[in-house]
Amino acid sequence: MRYAETGFNLEIDLTRGNIERVATDPRDTELYLGGLGTNAKILWERVPPEVEPFSPDNLLIFAAGLLCGTPAIGCNRTIVSTISPQTMLMAFSMMGGFWAPELKYAGYDKVIFRGKSPELVYLWINNDKVEIRDASHLKGKGAIETAELIQQELNEPKAQVAAIGLAGENRVYFASIEQGKSSASRGGIGAVMGDKGLKAIVVRGTQDLNIAVPGEFLELCNEVLDYIKEREEKPIPGVMPILAGLGSPQEMKIHDEKWHTESFMWGNSRERRKDFWTEEVANEWTKTMEDARKRLISCYNCPMKCGATISIPGLPTYMMKCFSKLTYTMAAFSNLDFGLRIAQRATEYGVDAFSAPQVMAFALELYENGILTNDDFPEMPSDNEGRFFWLLDRIVRREGIGDVLANGTYWAAKEIGKDAEAYAHNNIKKHEQMPLKLSMLNPIYFLMYSTGEKISITQIEGQFPQMPFPTREEREEFVKDWFQVPDEKFKQYFLDWELRGENSFPYYPTVGMCCDIVDWQERMHYIDDALGMCSGLSSFPLKPPYHIHNFPKFISTGAGIDMDEARLTQAAKRYRTLVRAINIGRGMRRKDEKPPENHWKKRFPELEAELLDEYYNLKGWNKDGIPTKKSLHELGLDYVSDDFIKRGILTEIENGTSNDTSAKNEKNKVEDMNHEG
Amino acid sequence: MKGEKKKKIIKTIKIDVDSCNGCRACEVICSAFHASPKYSSNNPARSRIRVIRYPIADIYVPVYAGEYAVAECAGRDKYTIDGKEYDECAFCRASCPSRDLFKEPDSSLPLKCDMCESDPSQKMPLCVQWCLNDALIFEEREEEVEEEVKQEDLEIGLESLANKYGMDKIMDVVARMSTSKKG
Ligand code: SF4
Ligand code: SF4
Ligand code: SF4
Repeated sequence: MRYAETGFNLEIDLTRGNIERVATDPRDTELYLGGLGTNAKILWERVPPEVEPFSPDNLLIFAAGLLCGTPAIGCNRTIVSTISPQTMLMAFSMMGGFWAPELKYAGYDKVIFRGKSPELVYLWINNDKVEIRDASHLKGKGAIETAELIQQELNEPKAQVAAIGLAGENRVYFASIEQGKSSASRGGIGAVMGDKGLKAIVVRGTQDLNIAVPGEFLELCNEVLDYIKEREEKPIPGVMPILAGLGSPQEMKIHDEKWHTESFMWGNSRERRKDFWTEEVANEWTKTMEDARKRLISCYNCPMKCGATISIPGLPTYMMKCFSKLTYTMAAFSNLDFGLRIAQRATEYGVDAFSAPQVMAFALELYENGILTNDDFPEMPSDNEGRFFWLLDRIVRREGIGDVLANGTYWAAKEIGKDAEAYAHNNIKKHEQMPLKLSMLNPIYFLMYSTGEKISITQIEGQFPQMPFPTREEREEFVKDWFQVPDEKFKQYFLDWELRGENSFPYYPTVGMCCDIVDWQERMHYIDDALGMCSGLSSFPLKPPYHIHNFPKFISTGAGIDMDEARLTQAAKRYRTLVRAINIGRGMRRKDEKPPENHWKKRFPELEAELLDEYYNLKGWNKDGIPTKKSLHELGLDYVSDDFIKRGILTEIENGTSNDTSAKNEKNKVEDMNHEG
Repeated sequence: MKGEKKKKIIKTIKIDVDSCNGCRACEVICSAFHASPKYSSNNPARSRIRVIRYPIADIYVPVYAGEYAVAECAGRDKYTIDGKEYDECAFCRASCPSRDLFKEPDSSLPLKCDMCESDPSQKMPLCVQWCLNDALIFEEREEEVEEEVKQEDLEIGLESLANKYGMDKIMDVVARMSTSKKG
């Protein structure tokens, strides 16, 4: 018997309309866990680098994480993987909500789509009954609207629907997949769904999911519940309110937006407004939110309330979460009322709330600077807010300039030419980033931004405080009950970390420490993405209820796979390396691994080079960021090195280390500088 | 079947629909608890509490499985509260032929909340323990009641099967099973 997973995938060939239920190999679960891990394995095997994002041979995989559907609290993520039209790399966006557990109860771990349907269709999974149904009547409908209509026509109010809106249908490169309060937004996976002619996936399941060692598993769950209660009563002192508790940043609950509005950039990630948050603004925005917000809501089996139902008179109700509250507002230099209004339309269209506002602000900046002209914006309203609505409508319909902008700032700038590229200034690996511009290089964030293949910083960072605490007493207090660390040394790293002086940025934490910290942060996110755990209870917040010490027990008792910390770390490293291998195959190299040029004012090229060298080395990658033959062998990924050698990406005589003498010299120099500073 | 007056502990779960965030943790733990062996599987479709959720209309009603009903009601009600229209049957606890709620998904046997009766007993019903939002609050009080002779679970189950398949068929199957069991 299989535990926690069902042992079956659905294979859907949209070209031929063929549906198959395929048993999976339990050994793959041991090596790659589930969710992202096994998704990467499938993409590696079946989508070679020659396959274009919009080729019928590209796969679109919806996976429920390994522990989704078990009573593990907050374990509800759907991991959607494909090749992104925007980055041309592997995209793996996650969504919370209710979809993944429902898929497990229907009897499947993944749904794998290939081919393209000639007509718009949706997939209806009702336990053993699976059918491809006509969706021509849903063409152009909003994502939330679509879910409603499908539930009605099937008379299945309990079915869970993941759908695209107009943006996905029209292959907008930053189109999302929406599902209730949740969405899988990054990387333009909604565009791949639209390209495949797939409007929605609807699932209803009423079957049992088995637990290997029931009593112990439940005990672990109860410990997590108790710890959540404890953490809710004791927020972490000395950090931003949104970072003090658990869950995704509590944007729906907390009204104080001083930090976001004054530290993050407005417009096309350009302007910092240091005195923005006045009492007047605070009152106005609080009122706006309280009038619009009907209820705080959560994902499946989670006590946190990271989302909200938003209802504005005259507009259809929708659900919102996290920072989408402010991205439109700040891109347009407007107010929260506008932000909530345009987010309603944007949610129905199904676009990523990070990219879409930035693309629009970018377009208007080009207009102001004469690179785009009146001819590009026929009949655009003259008021600021009206322009954003107008642009959004053009983009999702791919009309006029909207057709160019629909490919995101990177590709749009290339197409527009005339120095437009200088305005697409906030991308990493061709993808729009959080609107942040700071002063002093943060070496930890430098590594995360540069080497992250999840593209979004919030999906890489976590666990380790973003800034040192001012006094040693506060730091000592913090490390007292910090049992989540994988190794005691992390406590020392933090204890010695100061705001100013020798032990401060950019040379403290030292290169080695930064590498350790980032490796830990990244590992926890990758584990979440295989298990289907919400990062809001795990890899993102400080002192989360899930960590490297209890995850192995959850896996052993839940899925019945013999697991300990070392084996889990190794498994996470295995599929993390496989993700990199897929991207290396697609041409990603060290040159692509860098934050936006202007992310920090004070940069340290030598230190940055050393950080990368050292981190690559720790990860088992060579100086160009390519996994070495030796490290691939250690991970049981010889099939990757064979392929790399065949393609000339690696050579037979690859020595497997990247720590050559020049890096060491560099290091000595940096240490000298540190002592001077 | 009326008995004499007796002191009895009345167990109540107060439901605060305004505090519900729709997470369905109550369904998760109830179905896991009633799996056999305990916690060996999970399937909210077997839960004895179900959250009637209609997020877009902001409707969240946790409902407990009550008595089994042989036939559906003749007339039904629709409630409008605070401008929200609740479907007919939204607040009803019955396991009733008109809907799939509170029935085992495979056998269609009726489900009923048993307040997590078990040995050793739980300090509080599990759905209450797992609802960290205080949408479900447990209360115990003593009351004098006339004791009723309780219908056994088995009897309730059989009755519903008889209603579904007819008494003759049930008798047939029982007869066949008992011969085959005796071997
Ligand atoms: S912590 Fe928030 S985002 Fe995460 S599962 Fe819970 S409700 Fe969803
Ligand atoms: S556990 Fe509580 S908050 Fe969650 S659905 Fe049930 S009643 Fe509502
Ligand atoms: S009290 Fe126990 S049996 Fe009743 S619904 Fe809650 S968990 Fe289920």
